This record gives sequence, structure tokens and C-alpha cells, in this order.
Amino acid sequence: MRVGDILYLTGDVFTARDEAHRLMLARYGKREAMPFDPASMALFHCGPVVRKTDGDWKVIAAGPTTSIRMEPHEDRFLAAFGTKMIIGKGGMGSKTQAALKKHGAVYVHYTGGAGALAAKAIEWVTDVFWLEKLGMAEAVWVFQVRRFGPLYVTMDSAGGNIYTQLEKSVAENRAAIHARIDR
Amino acid sequence: MIEGVSHFWVGSMIEENRLKQALLEALVQAVTRLPVDVVDALKRAQSVEGSEPAKAQLEAILSNIEIARVESIPMCQDTGIPSFFVEAGVDSPHLAMLRSAITDAVAAATAAIPLRPNTVQPFTGENPGNNLGRFMPPIDWELVDDDTVTIAVLPKGGGSENMSTLKMLSPGVGIGGIKKAVVDHVIACGGKPCPPTIIGVGIGGGADVAMKLGKRAVLRGIGSRHPEQVVAELEEELLELINMSGVGPMGLGGVTTALAVHVEYAFRHPASLPLGIVIQCWAARRAKVHLAADGTIEVS
Repeated sequence: MRVGDILYLTGDVFTARDEAHRLMLARYGKREAMPFDPASMALFHCGPVVRKTDGDWKVIAAGPTTSIRMEPHEDRFLAAFGTKMIIGKGGMGSKTQAALKKHGAVYVHYTGGAGALAAKAIEWVTDVFWLEKLGMAEAVWVFQVRRFGPLYVTMDSAGGNIYTQLEKSVAENRAAIHARIDR
Repeated sequence: MIEGVSHFWVGSMIEENRLKQALLEALVQAVTRLPVDVVDALKRAQSVEGSEPAKAQLEAILSNIEIARVESIPMCQDTGIPSFFVEAGVDSPHLAMLRSAITDAVAAATAAIPLRPNTVQPFTGENPGNNLGRFMPPIDWELVDDDTVTIAVLPKGGGSENMSTLKMLSPGVGIGGIKKAVVDHVIACGGKPCPPTIIGVGIGGGADVAMKLGKRAVLRGIGSRHPEQVVAELEEELLELINMSGVGPMGLGGVTTALAVHVEYAFRHPASLPLGIVIQCWAARRAKVHLAADGTIEVS
């Protein structure tokens, strides 16, 4: 998968935001096993809205959260847990870029705020972990998804990065804007 | 006499309950149905974008909005922290119940819609689960010289709010300096606030006033112009300049970085030029409750 590819995912996804990253890395550090297999799933930066109806969890909204907040933890997270795909919003930094290369993983972008669209692609909630400790938004939710997308590859394992590409053209545009303001 | 007091008490309880219901309805509307002016602006953006990724992002947004509207579910999983802006008529007989009606409506909406529990104690991390807590929900109170109450509801997400900022500029930089500061900030934000955004700009007043003006500016509908010509022209020019940046929908490149720029201003201290920039994501959710003196309530 390379920058610019668009894909749809069918399979298992687990959510992990700021607190879940901290918690899972702390447990890994203490050599505690995870109650699920992160290596076989995609990581989704998401704090969903979920409600329990007749004993079953139903996802009401599940759009991505801003990924850069997880930048301090992500390289260690990928090393510890072997996840190969990160789904998020807004991209991540150079430490994660290097980790994507080292571990053969990719970062894909899902449209920010498209929580209802995402909920439609979630077939069921397989499980939830640490709900009482972390709360709904920060807990680890495991979803079974079907045709979840469009997922747009924005950072790949060969160093490709759409954000750095765009930074250049935006910087040129900024110079032109300033020149116009000064006219 | 006691009988008369209890009738009054029951009467005002019924009034408060009706207002609470109306506020609940306003919250449902705000989080599930995007205002028409915003939907239209997004559709216009989709038609003018040239690049595939930009068009695809806007298409996903528009599909998402339609699903949310039809199924009456939140359009974004971050249902935000609902802020309230109250214009309380000094002659309104309903002032005493406003705060509790608002607070109760937020807790009820959290369970009913549902809203994501988004309030956290900053020192302990405790989340009460009902979107309440110290100084929650944020309520801005203004007194006005009539007998009606207008309550604007603004459920605003954390992603866009994290990109709001205050700049205490030196007055010497002038209007040109304001333009550069706004453009540079929006560029630096990139895709983080979920563009295309509505940008609220508050100028003058003081640090807190500038931010408050910026947030009020975001409540205005797209297509509204500031009543003063000079300010309206600044709004138009800022929009054009921001869209020259090429940041685009979701920061993935394109010609629509902002849907609108709204500017509000106050006079300023001679030595200060406070500039408040409030960023509202594409999910510019808002609603309004109007409470007349006779108890008639309208949700819009």
C-alpha cells in the first residue's frame, strides 16, 4: 500500500486513544498479556459513542480522533503490539513515520467527523476493555467492520507522506498570500 | 395562602419542564441535523473542488450528514461540550429557572441521544458521565432590554476547539498584521480542525473578550455579513486569502479550506491588539430556543 491508495477494510478493528495507549504500554512494560490480539487487527484512533440496547452494544457514531496526540506513544506501540495499520485523522509525526518503515505498517486517513458513516460500516461490537476505568471515549472497543472506508493511505512504509508533500506547496502559497497582504 | 403558593410552584415547575424539553429538542436537532446554510456551503465546495481526494472527503461528509439526518443520530462521534449563550430579557418572568433547565437538559440529552460523556475533572480524570461538572455546561449570560429569553446552543467538538487561539498583537502591526496572523494560524492548523471550517475572528476588548467575540462569530450563519462595510470586506478578504493556502478539506489539499470567516470587534486598549481566533469544524452544529414572556417556546 502506498500514499494515494484508497481502500475499504473488512475485518477486526480496535480503538485506542491517549489513555488506552498509556495503559496498554504500561501493561506491556509489566509483561502483562493483552486480552485481545492487536497484531491481527487495525488500530483505530477513535472515541466512539456506544449505547447498550437489550444487552447488546450498538455503535451510534465512530469517526476518527486527531492522531497526532498519540505521536509520543505510537512507535513503541507498534513495536510492542505488531499492529500493521493505523486508521486516524490528520496524520502523525516523524517518529511514527520511521516506525511504519521499521515494522512495515501504514497510516490511513478516514474522513474526520464522519461518525454516522463509520457506524454504518460496523457490523457488531466484539468486545470492550477497561470501560469502567477509562470511560466510553477512552476505552478499547473491538469492532467487526465491513467495507469500512474510504481509507486513504497518507503515510506508507516506504517513507511516503502526503502531509510533507502538501507542506511544501502550502508554504509557497503562504508566501504569495503574504505578498498580496503587503501590496 | 399556602394553596396559592403551591399552585405557583407547580406552575413554574411545569414551565421549567417545558423549557427543559425544548432545550433537549434543540440539542437533538443540533447534533443530528446540520443547518441548511452549512450543508449548502459544503455542497458548493464539493462542486468546485478539482482534486479526487478533496472531492472524496466532501462526498463522505455529505453522505455522513444525510445518514445522521435520516436516522436522527449524531453526525460526529465527538458530540462536543454544549455551550449556551443566553440573552435574558430583564423583564422576562422566567429568569429564575434558566440555569437549572439548561443543566438538566444537558444531562437528559446525554442519556437520550446519546451524547458522548465529554466532561473530565482535570486533576483526577473522573468523568461524571452526564456532561456536567464544575462550571459545566458553559453558559454565557447577557442581559437585554425586553421580556424574552433567547438561548443559543453550540455543541462544539474538542478537535476544532483545540485549534482556537489567542494572539496579543502589537497595535503597530495593523490590519495587515491581523490578516497575516489569521492566515498563518489557519495554515499551521492544517487538517487538524476538520476543514472546511468556519473561522470566528474576535478583535479588541481584552484577551477574554476577543475569544468570546470569536466564539460568538462562529454562531452566525454562513452568508451573514458584518453590518459595517469595512468589517464585511475584511471577512470576504480573509476567506479568499485562507482559501489561497491550498490546505483543503481535511488538510489533504484543495481550494476550500474555510467555508466562511466571521469577524466581530470591540474597541481596544491603546497598547493592545487582542486577536481571538475560534475554529469551528465542518460539523458546525447549532440551534436556538426562544422563550416568550407568555411561555410560548420555539426551537429553531
